[in-house]
Amino acid sequence: MNTTFPRLLLDHAARRPNAPALREKDLGIWQTYSWSALSALVQSLACGLAEAGLMRGQHLVVVGENRPRLYASMLAAQAIGAIPIPLYQDAAANEFVVPIRNADVAFAIAEDQEQIDKLLEIRDRCPQLARIWFDDPRGLRNYRENGLASLDALVEAGRAHAAAHPDFFMAEVERARPDDVAAMFFTSGTTGNAKGVVHTHATLIDRAQAGARFDKLNERDEVLAYLPPAWIGQNIFSYAQWLACGYVVNCPESASTVTLDLKEIGPTYYFAPPRVFEGLLTSVMIRMEDASPPKRWLFDRCMALARRVGPARLDGKPLGLLDRVGWAAGNLLIYAPLRNSLGFSRVRVAYTAGEAIGPDLFTFYRSIGINLKQLYGSTETAVFVCLQPDHEVRADTVGVPIEGVEIKVSESGEILVRSPGLLKEYYKDPAATAEVLDADGWYHTGDAGFVDATGHLKIIDRAKDVGRIVGGNADGALFAPKYVENKLKFFPYIKEAVAFGDRRDKVCAFVNIDIEAVGNWAEKRNLPYGGYADLAQKPEVLELVRECVEKVNADLAADERLAGSQISRFLVLHKELDADDGELTRTRKVRRGFISERYRTLVDALYGGDTHRFVETEVTFEDGRKGRIAADLKILDAKTFVIARSAA
Amino acid sequence: MSVPAAASLRTGATAGAPPETLSDARVPSSEMAKTASLADVGPAPAGRRRIGEVVLDVQRISLAFGGVKALTDISFDVREHEIRAIIGPNGAGKSSMLNCINGVYQPQQGSISLRGKTFRHMNPRQVAKMGVARTFQNLALFKGMSVLDNIMTGRNLKMRTNLLQQAIRWGATEREEAAQRRVVEEIIDFLEIQAYRKTPVGKMPYGLQKRVDLGRALAMEPQLLLLDEPMAGMNVEEKQDMSRFILDVNDEFGTTIVLIEHDMSVVMDISDRVVVLDYGKKIGDGTPDEVRANPDVISAYLGTTH
Repeated sequence: MNTTFPRLLLDHAARRPNAPALREKDLGIWQTYSWSALSALVQSLACGLAEAGLMRGQHLVVVGENRPRLYASMLAAQAIGAIPIPLYQDAAANEFVVPIRNADVAFAIAEDQEQIDKLLEIRDRCPQLARIWFDDPRGLRNYRENGLASLDALVEAGRAHAAAHPDFFMAEVERARPDDVAAMFFTSGTTGNAKGVVHTHATLIDRAQAGARFDKLNERDEVLAYLPPAWIGQNIFSYAQWLACGYVVNCPESASTVTLDLKEIGPTYYFAPPRVFEGLLTSVMIRMEDASPPKRWLFDRCMALARRVGPARLDGKPLGLLDRVGWAAGNLLIYAPLRNSLGFSRVRVAYTAGEAIGPDLFTFYRSIGINLKQLYGSTETAVFVCLQPDHEVRADTVGVPIEGVEIKVSESGEILVRSPGLLKEYYKDPAATAEVLDADGWYHTGDAGFVDATGHLKIIDRAKDVGRIVGGNADGALFAPKYVENKLKFFPYIKEAVAFGDRRDKVCAFVNIDIEAVGNWAEKRNLPYGGYADLAQKPEVLELVRECVEKVNADLAADERLAGSQISRFLVLHKELDADDGELTRTRKVRRGFISERYRTLVDALYGGDTHRFVETEVTFEDGRKGRIAADLKILDAKTFVIARSAA
Repeated sequence: MSVPAAASLRTGATAGAPPETLSDARVPSSEMAKTASLADVGPAPAGRRRIGEVVLDVQRISLAFGGVKALTDISFDVREHEIRAIIGPNGAGKSSMLNCINGVYQPQQGSISLRGKTFRHMNPRQVAKMGVARTFQNLALFKGMSVLDNIMTGRNLKMRTNLLQQAIRWGATEREEAAQRRVVEEIIDFLEIQAYRKTPVGKMPYGLQKRVDLGRALAMEPQLLLLDEPMAGMNVEEKQDMSRFILDVNDEFGTTIVLIEHDMSVVMDISDRVVVLDYGKKIGDGTPDEVRANPDVISAYLGTTH
């Protein structure tokens, strides 16, 4: 393999110039960019960027939703040897400062007014940011800022430059080596400040191709790109693999139309973190609750059958005649229409990753005939480490190491990975690089887990998060917070949960209700409420949450190893945990340490035996302003169960 | 569509076509998409939005329903590109004032001139043809129709093909519909209601219905937009959204806006000048700061909370 992303693009453009490369829904109509049109656009942008002064080895910030011209901008930067840094479009302006200053970025391409405003806001702190271009001119016509121009202007300048220097573009593309740096991704930073993960063309393309071979992806596949392009998952699926395989990437019209666009496109290859699957399931369940009793009865009957035979069917196990007939009938009446309404009719391979998925949630999708699988990987490994082969899918493992990957478990239980897709380094941070990448080329994932008897990798939690209960009834028991939180989050009423218990005598938890699901539930019971904080403290809602917690406890009690993690006390938070307040990462992972510091009084109250506690919290609104909300939170006890001794 | 074509279309939309072809739908079909583009409406203001000449001049209007005097001797003017607010307590005569401008009510005394043309008796259709659009306090949308169709009704005056052609549809009507649909889609895009394009309006939340109402008025490509309590019954977030859209309309298309509003804070933030009515009489007129400082206004409105 000796290629780079721009060369892959030119290969596609030469081999099948009129095949669709990208689609974007614009003014209600899907518009197609063919490979040849795309490569022409990339050439213009590349020449424009070069003329503006972007040099080989310099960085270009790209920030926005999935838009064809932003993808083209990344390719254009790579074509002249510059390094694109995709940034999270929903990040606050402040969060742009570190990447821009760290990499001394002078050039940026942004999607729209929202992103431009953020970049302009931080310009005094980032004086090196000289040139900024925007894709969508709406609202920007009266901006008179130094170095601010539209992408159209850049394309025009690039065309003029290309006319004057016809050989420039090809010469630049030829100069690129596979070992050159291709892109830099800032990790969401579950711990501490974001770090820039440096990947080369070779690392990204190698993993993209290995993944594609594993699932036999080809140029007829369709993908919907709707997650932040700054996240390596989206970048691999809709950029690296897109160029490696030559399939079609579709960009939704806007964030609010994703479910509609999903239905229209009907992707064949789909990727989503568990929360998206969770959100889809919640919306289905809410709508089913509103359905008429006969429909509900039919749905329940069919789903019961699906849960029993669906996963086995997808795993390729033989089914009895009766089950086969039953499943076919269910498919006709419920499963196929449901898949269609979710937009999954044509899905051949679907992946979930990013965090552990609840087994019930996972089984739901597999039971209705969607080939949902799990994979294991991270930004540092260019995603693909372990994947689940078709017919070998289980809810509690993440699959087998794919070609090129070696895995071993360290003495402390941490998983180590060696593969051709490992990061080159953390940008300007040799100390951090040395910490995760040892002399023998092993990458330390920080995840605790083991390889089971069938060769599948099983992840328990982050290595540093797995703790022990000290004192109390369950002294010495294993405490896996993520495991407990995930079990809670499977209930449609619970959006987030944070469990505490390491080096403590019992497990306690914060719970965030799901305003949509609980609001609906309250409406049905004619329960009036005045907003999130009020609803969260209604006695009826607390009782509802208590039921969920106790069900989780009953579940945990059945597993000897994890029975000690049962939740003794809990409270329902008065505000939603939010990335803007630093409580979640941009990929919506709970930052447990930060939360326990921020809500120290609440944690103390949980362990101190109080029945309620007053709390006042600062919140950051979407526009960056700050406010305070206060509430008196009730603290409840939950029933715990005796540990079920096996073969008792 | 190939990339260069898409790119040039966008450039066309922002740079603006020659103003003389603005609302002429009978142009060759290749030109149609460009000329029907919403972004072309009105001359683009250079630099910051500049306030121009007087476009609407209301002189000594009095309106009475039998013995009830709704409006007494009201005069004010509205300048090009400005956002002009009419405020006042309940029953002050705000909506009556708007209905006079709109041609729904005929004032017994006084005159209204629009771009120098003075009129006393004009019906709403004539006023609409002069480039005046409005929204309604109590939403007058077609509840059973989709967002798309509702906004399309705002294009009514722009349709050029006749009944016979429309019955056949093939040819001119089809082209016209596509061109009109483009304008409607641009409005949907502008108001960020893409997810509701095909949703029946009656099923949408109230705040979004208000947005559709605004969209239908915008579909007329008005030079003067009358908004009757655009934020009534909305929560804070919806009010913020609506304020942003009103400012965006004013900024992007240079549309002159007259709005009636109850919520003082909103008005003061987004208006250039404010008229204050109380019991059918004008008690204040000026910039938000001037109005805020006016003792009559304070005693009639601002001083009391309600």
